Amino acid sequence: MPENASALHLLLTSDPALREIVWLSLFVSLSATLFAALIGVPAGALIALTRFRGREPLIVLLNALMGLPPVVAGLVVFLALSRSGPLGSWGLLFTPQAMIIAQTVLVAPIIAALTRQTIEDLWMEYRDELTAMNVAPVRRAITLIADAQFSLVTALLAGFGRATAEVGAIIIVGGNIDGFTRTMTTAIALETSKGELPLAIGLGIVLMLVVFAINALAWGARRAGERLAG
Amino acid sequence: MSARGPADGLPIVFEDVEIRAGEVAILDKVSITIRAGAPTVLIGPNGSGKTTFLRAAMGLIAPSRGRIAWGGCGFQPPARRAILFQRPVMLRRSVAGNIDYALASAGVARAERAQRISELRALVGLAGFADRPARALSGGEQQRVALARVLARDPGILFLDEPTASLDPSATRAIEEVVRATAARGVKIVMATHDLGEARRVSGEIAFMHRGRIVETGAAGAFFANPVTDEARRFIAGDLLE
Repeated sequence: MPENASALHLLLTSDPALREIVWLSLFVSLSATLFAALIGVPAGALIALTRFRGREPLIVLLNALMGLPPVVAGLVVFLALSRSGPLGSWGLLFTPQAMIIAQTVLVAPIIAALTRQTIEDLWMEYRDELTAMNVAPVRRAITLIADAQFSLVTALLAGFGRATAEVGAIIIVGGNIDGFTRTMTTAIALETSKGELPLAIGLGIVLMLVVFAINALAWGARRAGERLAG
Repeated sequence: MSARGPADGLPIVFEDVEIRAGEVAILDKVSITIRAGAPTVLIGPNGSGKTTFLRAAMGLIAPSRGRIAWGGCGFQPPARRAILFQRPVMLRRSVAGNIDYALASAGVARAERAQRISELRALVGLAGFADRPARALSGGEQQRVALARVLARDPGILFLDEPTASLDPSATRAIEEVVRATAARGVKIVMATHDLGEARRVSGEIAFMHRGRIVETGAAGAFFANPVTDEARRFIAGDLLE
């Protein structure tokens, strides 16, 4: 098919426009996953290891937010960053930073919910030993996060997968501006609607390859780490 | 490791202690005083309350009724105590990493830990196992790692919950040798077992439990030669107690 041949040509010649879009997509999604991990992992561990009024409803809410529609997350961040919004003075709307914020909002609940479950399960296993060793609460949390690190990689991958795959949030807060806020998913949506299938197909292939490569890398690291730690 | 004086936290005094799970009394009006000296061994059939007794004596479970006092009048368990669980959980790290974790949690300075890890591994017969993942070891080897981990805390009182259950004779012998050597250093051993042979080999004093109660206590020799209660007689004779 001519479209496929053109897509292959774009990939093999490493088209600058394609390269720029791929780079921005990776930058936004990896940054969002990093920030979401910095928020979600400690929050999930805290919820797993503490007991307080309202904990159960909070867990239900967190689990529900795993299915937060990207367009809703985008709309919330848009309202916050718009000129009349509470963070309007930051001037971030229609920038890559706004896209990172929107994806962080989307991904943090996923990482927090999966971390909560992972840490709680490991705590059930470790509770007697750590209690008998008189380990202080903060050290307990650090131990559990460290020992659950290979399981938490899965939580990070789930978050990264969500970030790379979504269109709704970043198109609202980023605006899909050519050369500035255009990512693989927004470009695929746009080029498909314009009938420019070669670029859309090329981007689709690159997106799949990137997701596969990062998952393979994380899986390999996890297996190697598990073999060493037991 | 040198001999030590009587441990802090002794005697451990149980006064009419009840521990209930719903309507069921796991410990039922248990009164006993555990003093410094030779090992105290709790024997009795499965479900007699031995594990719950050890956990309560360790301070991991609070009584539903009655009271437990450590060191005569204190109601806080002493810091230098440790428990070896029947099925110890290995932390997801190497053998040396597991022992290092116990040393760090006991406040041992980083500079001293490498030497202590090496000594403890040699003591429990795991000298060549430093970098092996603890979870990949056999049951007997994991039990030895757990023993090294509890000894890393340099306890004055050591609770052992069926430490050789499901181990083969050679692994059992290795564990018992360490337990006897530890007792000889002045550490108070309180051990639960349903293995009468092990109770004879290790104990100085016996507490026989049945259905959540301490039915009979006494010096090991006298207990095995002349048990007073019908339940103890039947248990020693090998009858199946309900």
